[in-house]
Amino acid sequence: MKMYEYMGKEIFAKFDLPVPKGRMVSSPDEAFQMATEIGGSVVIKAQVLSGKRGKAGGIKFADHPEEARSAAQELFGMVIQGLPVEILLVEEKLQIDRELYLSITIDSAAKMPILIASAQGGMDIEEVAEEYIVKKHIDVELGMQGFIASDVVRRMGIPLNSPQGKELIKIIKTLYQIFTQKDADLVEINPLVISGDKVIAADAKVTIDDEALYRQLDLPRVEERTAAEKAAHELGLTFVELDGDIGVMANGAGITMGTLDTLTYYGGKPANFLDAGGGTGEEGTAKALELILSRNPKSIIINIFGGITRCDDVARAFASVKKNRGMPVPVVIRLVGTNQEAGRAILKEVGIEAYDSMQDAIKKAVALANS
Amino acid sequence: MAIIIDENTNVVVQGLTGKQGLFHTKQMLAYGSKIVAGTSPGKGGTIVEGIPVYDTVRAACESHRVDASVIFIPAAFAKDAALEALEAGIKVVVVVTEHIPVHDEMAVVAYAKRVKATVIGPNTFGIVSSGKCKMGIPPNQFFIPGLVGVVARSGTLTYEIVGNLTAQGIGQSTVVGVGGDRVVGLSFVDVLKQFEQDPETKAVVLIGEIGGNSEEEASLYIKEMTKPVVAYIAGKSAPVGKRMGHAGAIIERGKGTYEGKVKALIEAGARVVELPFEVPEVIKEVLGR
Repeated sequence: MKMYEYMGKEIFAKFDLPVPKGRMVSSPDEAFQMATEIGGSVVIKAQVLSGKRGKAGGIKFADHPEEARSAAQELFGMVIQGLPVEILLVEEKLQIDRELYLSITIDSAAKMPILIASAQGGMDIEEVAEEYIVKKHIDVELGMQGFIASDVVRRMGIPLNSPQGKELIKIIKTLYQIFTQKDADLVEINPLVISGDKVIAADAKVTIDDEALYRQLDLPRVEERTAAEKAAHELGLTFVELDGDIGVMANGAGITMGTLDTLTYYGGKPANFLDAGGGTGEEGTAKALELILSRNPKSIIINIFGGITRCDDVARAFASVKKNRGMPVPVVIRLVGTNQEAGRAILKEVGIEAYDSMQDAIKKAVALANS
Repeated sequence: MAIIIDENTNVVVQGLTGKQGLFHTKQMLAYGSKIVAGTSPGKGGTIVEGIPVYDTVRAACESHRVDASVIFIPAAFAKDAALEALEAGIKVVVVVTEHIPVHDEMAVVAYAKRVKATVIGPNTFGIVSSGKCKMGIPPNQFFIPGLVGVVARSGTLTYEIVGNLTAQGIGQSTVVGVGGDRVVGLSFVDVLKQFEQDPETKAVVLIGEIGGNSEEEASLYIKEMTKPVVAYIAGKSAPVGKRMGHAGAIIERGKGTYEGKVKALIEAGARVVELPFEVPEVIKEVLGR
């Protein structure tokens, strides 16, 4: 779950990690009020979940509240990388002496967290030369110790006994605390600004592990999925909208991807990804078909390889949906595995011929869509 | 020979009395796995499917020699269950459970490393040494003994491919599910090393997918292997930035792409097929049939 910058900064503030004075606003008037409260020059930032909003004009400056109001007005109308701007963050404008980079994320190859830091902040970290990037894997059993943070600061080229160096050590420790306590996938500060003796997080990118949301009940929820994708998830289905005209459903993420790949290979265009997982009953199956039909496909391919999932259960669910709600679009079903004979018999009764071969079933679905 | 588990492996099922645990225990027994005990807090002292149930793993280990554990416990408690098995000295722990928080996974993997034990998964169908032992959930009928080692990230796709191999009389030595999550115990490279050492395995099928870099990491080792590797990578048609089911199946910041993986595998000398049903033909070729 990606969080907005202002949410990330609220978390930082709770942990005493320095952030600029400021607050989230949702109207030009509020922007005016906030700018007045802050006094002096402010920065007004579009709150959208994509990166590179600076280049898209999503960050503006104002020297007085009226300017802040009109800047806000302009920003509220914008669409950045397909996302409408509905919230802004109004903050004090920092005097920037230097920009650093600091993040902690998960290195899946190493199977542990990795801290990445650089004295070259403020730009895309992927464009910084290797020699300016400090990387440190964190042993989760050892955790973040003072000496680890100190050594990172040393490698960044910042004097350990300077006020900024000491602040930075503290921030590194705090950031790791946030990373672990909030079950984050990623915590990124770019730029981390040196302003006089102070070190302040000018930006905040915090992404929370979706699987840990059940135990992070204090955190606000940010919904990036479409309504359909969300509804599917609640029924134990994984649904992703795509651009094509052939509906797809299979049981298992890998085989669903394999079905999409095969479909594409034979010239078809998938309208969606839908992994029905194991053991989807009638309600789930009906919902799955509903979701697929909402994409207006010309044909549908259903690829079931029943291991734990019993083919006769699947067949019964489809037969029921066909009888009770009808299927306005041609459906090709491939059904193999546990209880497949019983399953195919049930489908035959409602006029569906089940395929044995995944290849043949997919070719048929493509042919139907193109006819 | 097989790798990691065989006909002598004594298995404990953690969560044996739950719905999933019970169903799959019956299937594992039918396959011939030696399940010596089960655990279920509060149900110690009972017997289920002829298997003695204990309150904790240590209790089970007091009465039986346990070589491996398979875990059917919900995500919120899975870390505790895995650590419990590892702390009791069990050297192979198969975590079938899906949706485990990544921080929990890192903790389990770190501890397993410290006690020098093997974790398979999480989010895995498990492991089958065909004809000898099955730990996990794949359907029994598709696995027959043979010469091909299989290592995969996904479940049903593996059954599909293994099913195709079996249908053509090509059996398997061991089939290992490394799991679909970002942080897992055994990776492709760990399993490939074992297949390379296993006298029974003559060729390897690698079933990968987009996201992460385990295929790229595996490629570095494949270069040194004497045994042929045939790979299928799922997700060629997946759009960038969208998670395709598995927590680990997502292309982000230019990494984990289909093209990158295929390129690495081909450069390492692996044969990469474009469609899952092409695997048996290529296997026959590399086995010289």
